[in-house]
Amino acid sequence: MLASLIFYLFATVLVASAVMVVTARNPVHAVLFLILCFFNASGLFVLMGAEFLAFILMIVYVGAVAVLFLFVVMLLNIDFKSMRQGLRRQLPLGLGVGALLLVELAVMALHWSSDSQAFSALSTVEMVNQATNVDSTRALGRLLYTDYFYPFQVAGLILLVAMIGAIVLTLRDRKRVKRQNAAEQMDRRPEDVVEIRKVKSGEGAL
Amino acid sequence: MNAAWSVIGLSHYLVLSAILFTIGVLGIFINRRNVIVILMSIELMLLAVNINFVAFSTHLHNLVGQVFAMFVLTVAAAEASIGLAILVVCFRNRGSIAVEDINLMKG
Repeated sequence: MLASLIFYLFATVLVASAVMVVTARNPVHAVLFLILCFFNASGLFVLMGAEFLAFILMIVYVGAVAVLFLFVVMLLNIDFKSMRQGLRRQLPLGLGVGALLLVELAVMALHWSSDSQAFSALSTVEMVNQATNVDSTRALGRLLYTDYFYPFQVAGLILLVAMIGAIVLTLRDRKRVKRQNAAEQMDRRPEDVVEIRKVKSGEGAL
Repeated sequence: MNAAWSVIGLSHYLVLSAILFTIGVLGIFINRRNVIVILMSIELMLLAVNINFVAFSTHLHNLVGQVFAMFVLTVAAAEASIGLAILVVCFRNRGSIAVEDINLMKG
C-alpha cells in the first residue's frame, strides 16, 4: 500500500514537472523542472530496485547535464520572448501528434502479452546472481565487466569523442590575446636581447 | 521481488514512460523555435526510454536492461554536451539560436 502510494507520488510529480519543462516560459525554470524530473525518476529507479542507476542518474543528469543546460541558458544572452511567437500555430499540430502517439502506445500496452518462453530464457541469465544473493550494484558490475566489457569500452570511447568534440567546437583562438610560447622563451639568450651601454654622467636620456 | 513490485505492476511503469515520452514529443512540437527546450525534450524522451528499460529489467529479473539503460545514459550525456557546444558556436557566429536561422546547409 505504502509502496504504491510512493509510486503514485513520484509518478505524479514526474509527469507534472515534465509538463512544466515543456511549457515553462522561462528556460531557467524549465531547467530547474528538468532537475526535479530527474530526481523523481531516480526515486522510481530505487523503487524498482535499480539503486546504482538511480545514483548514476542523479550524478550524471543533475550534476552534469542539467548544470550544463543551466550554464548555457544563463551565459548566452538569448531573447526568449521572440521564440514563443509561433506557439498558437504549433499547438494544435503538437497536441494532435502527441495524442496520436499516446493512443498508439496505450493500444500497444493494453494488447501486449509476454512470450513466456522467451522471457524464461532471458531470466536464466540472471539466475546465478539471484542465487548468490548479491546486491544490484555488485551484480551489475559483474555483468558489465564480463559479458558487456567491449560495449562498456565503446561507451567510454563515445564519452571521450564527445569531450574532444565539445572542446574543439567551443575553443576560440583569439588573435589579440598574448600567449606564452615556452619554446621561444627558452630560446632567448642574454647576449641576443640584452645590450650594455656605457653612459657618461650628465649625458643620459632626458 | 519486493512488495512494491507486486502492487505496482509492469504496466504502471510502461504507462508512465509512455506519458513521459509523449510529453517529450509534444515539447519538440510546441517549442519549435527554441533549440534549448528541444534538447531538454529529447532528454525527457531518453528518460522515458530508461524507465522502460529498468522496468523490464526488474520484471524479467534480468540485469541486462540496466546495462543498456547505462549505455543510453552515456549517449544522452554525450549528445547533450555536443548539442550545447554546437549551440554555443552557433550563437557566437550568428547571435541567435532560432531554429529558422539555422539554414546554412539547406542549399
